[in-house]
Parts: sequence; C-alpha cells; structure tokens
Amino acid sequence: MSSITAEAVGQPISASRLDARDAQQGTAQSESTALKSGSVGASATPYEAGSAKVARTVPYPIVVAFSVVGFVIAAIVNVVFPQIAPVQFKQGQIWIFLLNGQEAYLFLLAALVVLYVIIGAVDARDPVSAGRYRYRAQFRFAMGLLLALWDVTGTKLQVLPQPFFPGPAQVLEPFVTDGNYIALNTFYSVRLFAAGFVSGVVLGVVTGVLIGWFARAYYWVFPLLKITGVIPAVAWMPFALTLMPTPFIAAVFLLLICSWFPVAFLTAQGIQSTPKMLVEASRTLGAHTPYILFHVAIPNAMPSIFTGIGMANSLSFLTLVISEMMGQPGGLGYYIDQAKEWSAYNEILAAIVVMAILFSLIMKLVELIRGRVLRWQKGLVK
Amino acid sequence: MSAATATETQGLSGAPVDTTNGNAPLISISHVERDFVGDDGSVTTALSDVNLDIRKGELISIIGPSGCGKTTLLRLISGLDKPQRGEVSFKGRRIEGPNPERGYVFQQGSLFPWLTVEENIAFGLKAQGKYKEHKDEVAEYIAKVGLQGFEKSYPHQISGGMAQRVAIARALIDHPEVLLLDEPMGALDSFTRADLQDRLLDLWEKYHMTMILVTHDVDEAIYLGNRVVIMTPRPGRIKEIVPIELAQRDRVSDDFTAYRKQLLTKLHFNVHAAHND
Repeated sequence: MSSITAEAVGQPISASRLDARDAQQGTAQSESTALKSGSVGASATPYEAGSAKVARTVPYPIVVAFSVVGFVIAAIVNVVFPQIAPVQFKQGQIWIFLLNGQEAYLFLLAALVVLYVIIGAVDARDPVSAGRYRYRAQFRFAMGLLLALWDVTGTKLQVLPQPFFPGPAQVLEPFVTDGNYIALNTFYSVRLFAAGFVSGVVLGVVTGVLIGWFARAYYWVFPLLKITGVIPAVAWMPFALTLMPTPFIAAVFLLLICSWFPVAFLTAQGIQSTPKMLVEASRTLGAHTPYILFHVAIPNAMPSIFTGIGMANSLSFLTLVISEMMGQPGGLGYYIDQAKEWSAYNEILAAIVVMAILFSLIMKLVELIRGRVLRWQKGLVK
Repeated sequence: MSAATATETQGLSGAPVDTTNGNAPLISISHVERDFVGDDGSVTTALSDVNLDIRKGELISIIGPSGCGKTTLLRLISGLDKPQRGEVSFKGRRIEGPNPERGYVFQQGSLFPWLTVEENIAFGLKAQGKYKEHKDEVAEYIAKVGLQGFEKSYPHQISGGMAQRVAIARALIDHPEVLLLDEPMGALDSFTRADLQDRLLDLWEKYHMTMILVTHDVDEAIYLGNRVVIMTPRPGRIKEIVPIELAQRDRVSDDFTAYRKQLLTKLHFNVHAAHND
C-alpha cells in the first residue's frame, strides 16, 4: 500500500515537469496550424495527408510530450479538485499491491504516460512508425483531456447528476476490489459467445450454401429462414430456458439462432451471385459440380459471408448481454444485473468498459480473419 | 444455378454446306438448330440449319454482326450448350458436355478473382486431380504466354491483355485438341490486340492446334483465319465460307486488302439486307 501511495504522489511531480513542456507545445501547435495551408509536399507515409504533413514540422520529442500531456492533466485534475459528492473508496488487491480506486486511477495514468513515452522512443527508430505515432498524438492528447473532463464534471463538481456518473477512479475501482469476479464473469461471457457464435456461423454457412446451391433446399428452407430469421432471438428465451437442459445451453441456442440467420442469408446470396461465366469456365476446364461448389461458388460467396458474419457479430453481442441479464448464472450481463440491484453504477460502467474492450477485440479478430481470407480483394475494393 | 437459363436472345440461321476434302473432320456440325425461349415465351432462333466441318489443324474465324449466333455456335462446339435439332460431333462422337480437350477462352472476366495468375492456370489440373504430376507445367505455360514475374498477382492487378493470356494458358495447359476463342481480344486496345494475335499464331503453328475464333473484327478474321465463316443474323446461319490464302501474314499486303474489301462488302451487304427484312 505505502509503496503505491508514494508512486501515486510522485506522479504529479513528474506531471508538472512535463507540464512545462506543454507550454512549448502550445507554441508549436499554433505554428503547425499556420503551416497547415502551406505544406504541399508529397506524403509517402501511409499516415494520412493532413495531420501527418502538419505534424512533420513539429520536433518529435514534443510530439511525444504532447501525446502524454493529456494524461498528466487528467492526473493533476484528479489530485487538485476535491470530491464534492460523497464518494468512498474501498481498498482492493492487485497481485501483491493493495490499493483503492483513486490510487489505481493515478497509477493507470502514470502507466499510460510511461507506456506512450516508451512507445514513442521505440517508434522514433523508423519513419513509418514515427509517422504513425505522430498521427495518433492528437487523439491520445484528447483522450487524456476527456478523462480529466469526465473526472471533474462528475463527482468533483457534480455537473453531471450523481450517482449516475461515477468518476474514472470509481469505475476503475471494481477491477481492484472485485477483479477476480469480473474476470470470471468475462470468461463466462467469452465461453458463451464462442460456443454460440461459432456454431451459429458454421450452421449459417452450411444452410446458406445449401439454399444457394440446391434449388430444392431453397424451396423448402428459404421461406423458413425468412420467417424465423426476422424474429429477435431473445423472443425465444422463455422456450429456450424451459426446454433446454441447462441455462448455458439455452443461451448458446439463442446466440446460435441470432447469428445463423444473417450468415445463412448472406451466404445464400453470395452463392447465388456466382457469375455464370466462372461456372462455365470451370466446366470447360474439367471441373465437376462438387468441385465448382467448393472452389468457385464458395470462394465467390466469401465477401458476402463475411458481411453476414459481421452482422451476426453485432447481433450476438446484443443477444449475449440480454440473455445473461435474464437467467444466466454468470457473465458480464449478469454482473450488470447484479450491480443494478445495488445501484452500483460504477460497477455497471466497469462491466461496460470490459464489454467495449472484449467486443472490440472479437471484432478485430474477425476483421483479421476476413483480411486474410479476402486478401485477393486488396486494392480491388475500397 | 446449375441449370442454364434460356433467356439468351440472339438472332438467327443457317448456311451452305462446307465441302471437306476426304479425310474425316475433327468437328462436324450438321443441320444444327438452336432456339431460345425468352421470359415472355417468345422464341428466338439463334441458329438455323448450320452445317460446318472443321479439320484438324485448321484456324477458323467466325465473323458476323452481333446477334448472328456466332457465340452460340462456339458454345455448342464446347458443349456448354446443346442444339435442339441436328448434331455437333467431335472426332465422330456427339458432344455431350464441356471437356478440357476443347479449351475455351471467354471474352473477358473469366479468371477467378480470388486466385493468383498461377493458381488460375493450375485450376484445370487441380479440378481434375492431376496437379501433382503436372505441377512443373504451370511455370512452363506462364513462360509460354510471357507472364513471368506475375505468378503471384491477382487478376485485378494485371492488364486486360495479360488477363487474356492467363485465360489462354489456363485453357492450353490441359493440351486441348481444339481451342475455342470467343472474342478474346474484343476488349483490348489495338496494340495489345496485335500482340495477342501474333502469340496465338505462334501457339497454333508450334502445337499444330485447331483453333476456332469468334470475332467481329474483319482484319483479325483475315489475319488469323485459314477460312473465314461469315454468318448472318435473324435467323443465324452461315452465309459464306471464304478460304484465305495469303502468301504471308501481312496486314498491309495487297492480298490482305483484297480479302478485306471482299469481306466488308459481303458483311455490309448482309447487314443492309437484314435491315430490309
């Protein structure tokens, strides 16, 4: 505890030192703004005409300082302004450190400052990553300012109604006091998502291929898909919960049907849109029908399949959280539902933060797979 | 998706019989008729009483205005389409469906966009499960059509002329006896077109292949063909077959110009007559 406090207190000192640099930064900023209209040079870096061109005129160390100064401001604001709302911080433990939300927040800001300085130093080595670092500097600065603004308008000045807007320190607190429980619930959500979404996508692709390729499957299955597909999966929840042996299987079933529909629909569309010429070309090259299905129709449907998977992804997040809030023994939705009972808004926000990170990561993963599978499209589509 | 929809609307019909000199023709088209029924039930006669014999090693150009059924005729030879009446046979056997022994080169856009140049060329070998034994031939055929260095490129990354060379290599890799070319140079600029024409001639001479080329370009028909088949629309039929005997393939020779004049006159007259119908 004591060591952490020392570090947390130490923070504002280094902050003020960096703050001095911020004053220089202000000048550099106005300078670069003035240059904005003038700079025309051909930009070879992938990092965007506008900002990169302008930033190039600013010395790199100042860009690094600029990147972190927002977080420094956030730390100062946190220390300087007193809490007006009745806020109590509880102590928790992370690994071997004992600390409360307040300390954890300052620690996080310090960590961000250190992290971005290190990244800045590493990125300085080659022009491409340096360009990328420059490009992101403004956004990082704004992130820090936003944290400060959130902090000061919430429990400190009470501009935002309390207790609905707990400050960043309070939102961070559950991770310290309740970290294992959040991790457990996150794991539960991931497990449920993986089981339901993956089986839904697989089933959707299979159904879509059948519907898209075989006229008979289209005739019998497509109307069923059209009618049942538009029903929000959660509407089936009462049946799922009563008919399925466990709540987990019930939720998997809901996720499965919600991701099945868009994937099946778009897969079928993709298969049906196979150009006749490609099928004929395959036939003149000696391909038999199953080969054409797997090597022409399905690859042709891939872009469409991924559109379906993207839709299924968002729908699954929704279904996941709703089904966890109703009758699941765990998960982030369940965590929110529990926190709601205690009006623990900071815990709700903590769970929302986890969702934001988790779902972004899942979408990023899907995006990576998509980029790999559809690498032939690179340069073909925007 | 598998069933071909009969919505193609092309014009029309038949022609004088070609007299072959004794030895059995490689491809024999006799009394062929092909109708297409439109969505509204209307019947269009794409081909009417078409007769044509093609011997091994010939390079036939089929020319005519759009809607004269020249592409339909080529599709019948490949097996992609079937006649309602009459028979199309290859080496004495009725053609039942497409076969790699009759390679087909489409007008454009027939490459698989998700496969690289070399994967496109290897498609036929893989589809027939004989890629392993013939793996080395892929590089060989890439070289034959002058695409070294573009093996890993995707179709959208190469030019139209290169794409057609890939399509030709893809059809040739399975050693077809006949190469069917459906306006393969239709969408190319004249320089690329001339280059590709010469490449085709080289391949034809080197491998003693039989080629059937559908075109709407008179110069191309004369430059490449041993015989030029002139077709007329509504209904699609063969109007005349002009044997081409050029001392050498020269686009500006007097012979060439004479043939050009002859064909243009015939085609023009034909179009004019069709309008008067």
